[in-house]
Amino acid sequence: MAFRLTCKEASRLISDGMDRHLSVLERTKLRLHLSICDACTRFTSQVAFLRRALKAYPGPDDPEGR
Amino acid sequence: MVDALELDRHRPYLLRFALLQLRDRGAAEDAVQETLLAAIQGASRFAGQSSVRTWLVGILKHKIVDGLRKTSREQPIESLEDRGEDLESFFADDGHFTEAPGEWASPERSLEERGFFEALERCLQSLPRNTARAFTMREILGLETDEICKELRISTSNCWVMLHRARMSLRACLERSWFLPGSGKAG
Repeated sequence: MAFRLTCKEASRLISDGMDRHLSVLERTKLRLHLSICDACTRFTSQVAFLRRALKAYPGPDDPEGR
Repeated sequence: MVDALELDRHRPYLLRFALLQLRDRGAAEDAVQETLLAAIQGASRFAGQSSVRTWLVGILKHKIVDGLRKTSREQPIESLEDRGEDLESFFADDGHFTEAPGEWASPERSLEERGFFEALERCLQSLPRNTARAFTMREILGLETDEICKELRISTSNCWVMLHRARMSLRACLERSWFLPGSGKAG
């Protein structure tokens, strides 16, 4: 992995970061990438949202019990 | 105090919840049956701070973990897709997104809508079986990744790849089906 990450590498680190501690080097590379990449910045907040959505799953109670 | 009839009313719903994660009707029915039995036995302990359904789902999650342990012993991972090797389709050769994530308008509001959770279910169903298992073990059942790798009998690096793949797929699926339906994508 070069110092400059591709979106593919960055998205992997973003995903990994949800489940393990990233190293200082990984965090530095990721921060640098996010500072110039809107797509990965959106990806970061969307996967965080996915986690909240799955926590909230199955969602509001349905009074019909379906 | 809740009675058996009241509990049984939740059966179809619990079954859907279990089936989504276990991907095996027999195993899902077993998990629901055990949940309802445990609930009937423990009905006096139901204090009523949460809804009956939330209480039942709490019990069911434990039964699903047991069920996953059992099925993963019986069904080893075999497909390429499940090993995460089709991640390539999300990225161009130079490592850029083939379809860059779009802007989602106020996603938090979706959490109030039943329709959103139905879309989420459909997206989870479209994942390969073991990818879905790994992802729901992590995000719905709250297991740590080392436990997931152990239960699914896959290497740690495979586990990271599967979770990455699940997030890529779900994100794209929800964008297509819920947040930006019918949008023309630009890279």
